[in-house]
Amino acid sequence: MFLYNVTLQQTTGINQAVIGNFAGTKQQEILVARNSVLELLQPDPSTGKVHSLLTHNVFGIIRSVVPFRLTGSSKDYIVVGSDSGRIVILEYNPAKNTFDRVHEETYGKSGCRRIVPGQYLAADPKGRAVMIGAIEKQKLVYILNRDASTRLTISSPLEAHKSHTLVHDLIGVDVGFENPVFACIEVDYSDVDQDPTGEAFQNAEKVLTYYELDLGLNHVVRKWSDPIDPRSNKLIPVPGGVDGPSGVLVCSENYITWRHQDYPSVRVPIPRRPDPLLSSPSANGEDMEMGRGVIIVSSVMHKLKKGFFILAQTEDGDVFKITMDYTAGADGVIGGIQNLKIKYFDTIPVATNMCLLKTGFLFVASEFANHYLYQIENLGDDDEAQMEYQSAELPQGDDADEVIVYFNPRGLRNLAIVDELESISPLIDAKVLNLAEDDSPQIYALCGRGARSSFRILRHGLEVSEMAVSELPGNPNAVWTVKANAQEEFDSFIIVSFVDATLVLSIGETVEEVTDTGFLNSTPTLTVAQLGEDALVQVYPRGIRHIRADRRVSEWKAPGNKTIVRAACNRKQVVIALSGGEVVYFELDSHGQLNEFQDRKEMAAPITALSIGPIPEGRQRSGFLAVGCEDNTVRILSLDPDNCLQSLGMQAVSYMPVSLALVEMSDTGTATGTLYLNIGLQSGLLLRTTVDSITGALSDTRFRFLGSRPVKLFKVQIQGSPAVLALSSRPWLSFTYQSRTKLIPLSAPMLEYGSSFCSEQCPEGIVAIESNNLHIFTVEKLSTVFNHSIIPLKYTPRRFIYHQPSGNFVIIESEHNTWCPSDKVKRIAEKADQMDEGEEYEELPPEQFGLPRAEAGKWASCIRILNSMTSETAHLLELDNNEAAFSITTCIFHGQKGEAFLIVGTAADVTLSPKTCSSGFLHTYRFVDGGNALELLHKTPIDDVPYALCAFQGRLLVGMGKILRIYDLGKKKLLRKCENKQFPNNILTLHTQGDRIVVGDVQESVHFASYRHFDNRIVIFADDTTPRWITATTMVDYDTVAGGDKFGNIFIDRLPAETSEEVDEDPTGNKLVYEKGYLQGAPHKVEHAADFFIGESPTSVTKTVIVPGGREIIVYTTLLGTIGCLIPFQSKEDVEFFQQLEMHMRNKFPPLCGRDHLAYRSYYIPVRNVIDGDLCEQFNLLPNEVKRQIAEDMDRTVSELSKKVEDVRNRAAF
Amino acid sequence: MSTAAMNMNAQLEHLQSKHVGTGHADTNKFEWAVNQHRDTYASVIGHNTLIAYSAVAENESIGRKKFEMIEKMLQPCGLPVPRDD
Repeated sequence: MFLYNVTLQQTTGINQAVIGNFAGTKQQEILVARNSVLELLQPDPSTGKVHSLLTHNVFGIIRSVVPFRLTGSSKDYIVVGSDSGRIVILEYNPAKNTFDRVHEETYGKSGCRRIVPGQYLAADPKGRAVMIGAIEKQKLVYILNRDASTRLTISSPLEAHKSHTLVHDLIGVDVGFENPVFACIEVDYSDVDQDPTGEAFQNAEKVLTYYELDLGLNHVVRKWSDPIDPRSNKLIPVPGGVDGPSGVLVCSENYITWRHQDYPSVRVPIPRRPDPLLSSPSANGEDMEMGRGVIIVSSVMHKLKKGFFILAQTEDGDVFKITMDYTAGADGVIGGIQNLKIKYFDTIPVATNMCLLKTGFLFVASEFANHYLYQIENLGDDDEAQMEYQSAELPQGDDADEVIVYFNPRGLRNLAIVDELESISPLIDAKVLNLAEDDSPQIYALCGRGARSSFRILRHGLEVSEMAVSELPGNPNAVWTVKANAQEEFDSFIIVSFVDATLVLSIGETVEEVTDTGFLNSTPTLTVAQLGEDALVQVYPRGIRHIRADRRVSEWKAPGNKTIVRAACNRKQVVIALSGGEVVYFELDSHGQLNEFQDRKEMAAPITALSIGPIPEGRQRSGFLAVGCEDNTVRILSLDPDNCLQSLGMQAVSYMPVSLALVEMSDTGTATGTLYLNIGLQSGLLLRTTVDSITGALSDTRFRFLGSRPVKLFKVQIQGSPAVLALSSRPWLSFTYQSRTKLIPLSAPMLEYGSSFCSEQCPEGIVAIESNNLHIFTVEKLSTVFNHSIIPLKYTPRRFIYHQPSGNFVIIESEHNTWCPSDKVKRIAEKADQMDEGEEYEELPPEQFGLPRAEAGKWASCIRILNSMTSETAHLLELDNNEAAFSITTCIFHGQKGEAFLIVGTAADVTLSPKTCSSGFLHTYRFVDGGNALELLHKTPIDDVPYALCAFQGRLLVGMGKILRIYDLGKKKLLRKCENKQFPNNILTLHTQGDRIVVGDVQESVHFASYRHFDNRIVIFADDTTPRWITATTMVDYDTVAGGDKFGNIFIDRLPAETSEEVDEDPTGNKLVYEKGYLQGAPHKVEHAADFFIGESPTSVTKTVIVPGGREIIVYTTLLGTIGCLIPFQSKEDVEFFQQLEMHMRNKFPPLCGRDHLAYRSYYIPVRNVIDGDLCEQFNLLPNEVKRQIAEDMDRTVSELSKKVEDVRNRAAF
Repeated sequence: MSTAAMNMNAQLEHLQSKHVGTGHADTNKFEWAVNQHRDTYASVIGHNTLIAYSAVAENESIGRKKFEMIEKMLQPCGLPVPRDD
């Protein structure tokens, strides 16, 4: 078995975000790292929408990214620290839209190791050097400069190692043009390791160290080292030179301290959020329950014309604005700071990085859930409701008293949301089901964390935003939009054609009917277009109506016995097809006169479709006309005056062509695009053929099945480039995105006819007909191929099931570190005793502030019934007494008349480390009220946390710790029937087929067990030789299990056929029991059928079909939000082909960040029987000559290769 | 001691100083465990998916998890055991 791995949706979580002028223009871009993908985002300053310019998979784990600009230059380079053991400097090439690798320097082993640099990266603010550091010991400095031809040069590394030292953070200090200085927080552990008394550990010092790069001596020295708060975690640079006082802000638990060599430190406390569930400080400061300190997790510094400010965010999401007072001496040298001020700004989701744009936007890359672009509406200086805390008014010095200050939480005041980037990270569980009965199934996913968690329905298709819907009198056949003249920026008229009439609507402030346009109203219309400079043309069955700007009308009448059946035009040319198969060609001359070409072309069969090409830049006319005929052929005719209407090429198709579109797509990465002929067939197939721009020859045809109805094609504009709207039983859009052509369905109802639409309110829309309604919509988010429906949840979701009879989902949610309802009530009551009269407990809205934090070992949890159709919660059952739900299943017990019971596995007082609980429980519920409510039958106490439940032959299988048990339904509780205690650690997943049980263990991979009826025993007969830390599994067939582990591997394990047979055909069953163990485990071992590293922990694995008529594939989802699939190959030739291609790609196009591709895919376990489709698809990114070279080596043509790569994906996935 | 053995010893010492955690004849259980724990923490911090995994499980922010893990690297396995010699 060979599998082909392709990503359906790239990671949506962001782990690094930086800002810079990467394109070298005035506009700033945001570079984000999504685990192994680099993506360049550009916020549009006028609309505030974030567009993705480029995404690139680097096949390595990106750990740190910094922008870097040489002094005096206006373009930022990108320095990347990854797991490759190499420092890589990239440059964005806006002309080709690629990342170009400028330098790649090897310094160590690959992998995310303790002493191999890559974790921390800091650039000198003046662009002279970068420092790359590891968590322990190693730090390297590279000096960057430019050579005579202004190319970037990199020096050999200078070492700044210090052994036995842990590093918490590393930044470049702004020292103006003095020698570059890097600051880091260090802890020395050499004494701690040697001292058994623990004294050294108690006294371990955390120090702030300055490393100075002496540019004259080419040497790094440890310049200054000073002890700081032992709970410090983060550094924030402060502008230096002429811009500010230089130095760093050291963030520690509860405090922010300004530190710089030769200056006294200045400290302010981080204001705290008043926690209503903690008892407030009493007057004398005794019995104070402080809760835990707060730390700063992200920050951004912004320079203004005069001065600067810093925004720092705590782990709760509260953002503070930090400013400082300092004075410049007589010589302009800025001394120390006098006053450090901190003030509450706003509360937003916790960010991994915040980026502040010069245009006043704040991009927040959230740790979990959606990312946001905010507009800064106010700098918060005039916010009188918030206290500003100043260091000048608070005690300073080493032995100063602890200070606790508070702020008043409130809704957003200074920030306003402008755009939102959907993110499904963390994705905790998912199921692939087709409940909506669409062409392809939907993915139902549990996403997010805490109060911002959600249940999402992902449908394949681009999101459309509906601008307007209006009802029309009667059912229209067609719709067009035209401009009044060529100079107009926006469309002037919408023309709607009915069976026997035409309606003209003018587009202005409102859309209303007009009659004085010169269009003929009493007839249906075939096509409408704007012609020449200021004329319009209307083609109707009996003739052509040419309307000049001064409303003069010239008409061309169809010959008496014939009617016009099809028409096509562009700005200079009009072509019509007469009934009987005759083509008549008209061209606009220099006087604005529409002239008929003297010859007509007689086709062999009646004409069913026409399309005329776009006029190339600087040309008079388009040279090609495409004609589709009833005899299943499509011909290309020349429109060149020399050989007008001569046939240039012909393609036979399998069904009648009903629609054609000649479109030039800019998918080559250069100014000249490729001319494509799109052919829509009666049978619902879309063909796309390349047309040679000189000879008109047709080549390289690609097929795609769109739906059950004939495919109608319309030319539209998407993001400034031509695109094709294809309408079948589902609307599709073919467009170019990051210089690649894509064909993706739209999340819209079935449409009849469409046209582009451009007005002031909606510069790039589509107008379309759906029965008797006119829809105007836009397609903006081209990067997300899934359309999300979002249902908010209360706590972090854990597991869910689908209850078929009622069509409901049952979701269990449990949240660690949160008060359960009874504890909350108790605490509020306690607090109320302390509070003065009139004060009242107010809860902050959890959507913005999160739930109040409790302590470790405290849980809140609920069971929710969600209607899959209305997306409404039918029933919500809150668990109490510190109980949390961990597993859920439905089970039909013996002798219960087929009634399905809901079993929820819970545990009380669970602590995660060490893993303990006071008691586990199995709640048995009965579905009542048609499955919309639950009734508790009984609660069975057990001794461990039940992480896995599964129905098994009319009984219930429960995995709790090392024990696998079978329970049956009793009157008062579930009754224990059988158990096996031989599992290694903790059972996480359970699947059954027949008597076979497949158990996934938290550390020890999968175990195959068999249930023996006659002596009521469960016997483990096979296990795995590799210790996998299972997160998700599924049974692919009776002998095969597919799954994923925590470290990011995906695997398929298969029981050898003879073992499988032997086990099942053992008549006495004794062989199974008395067989000797092998390798300290079960007597048999599973074979590894496939192994592959995907880089992210898989959270669900499903065998399913996702395209109509496609094959069964394995779909997986990961924690960081990747959706991918494994497609099995069907023929040996395909396997060989892709193995070859993969090998060529590895050689010719090694991953961007320097990680070896084969080594990356074999991170933990050597890759086995899986071909990396993501790498093969990068074939399209190669320069043409390399493509040709590979194709030559493989004895094929370039187009054959790219077609094959496209086909293997399209046949089974999207 | 022969030159070969000396050479060998020098090489070993070089390895031990260059690659933190390289064992030697007198490595005890505690040192072994400490190295293993520090390696593990460093790996978890380095892999985005692993740090996200524990942050979701414990309902903490990623920044807090990273901080706590580096803090734990100082003394991951409790107090060192006194050496016999």
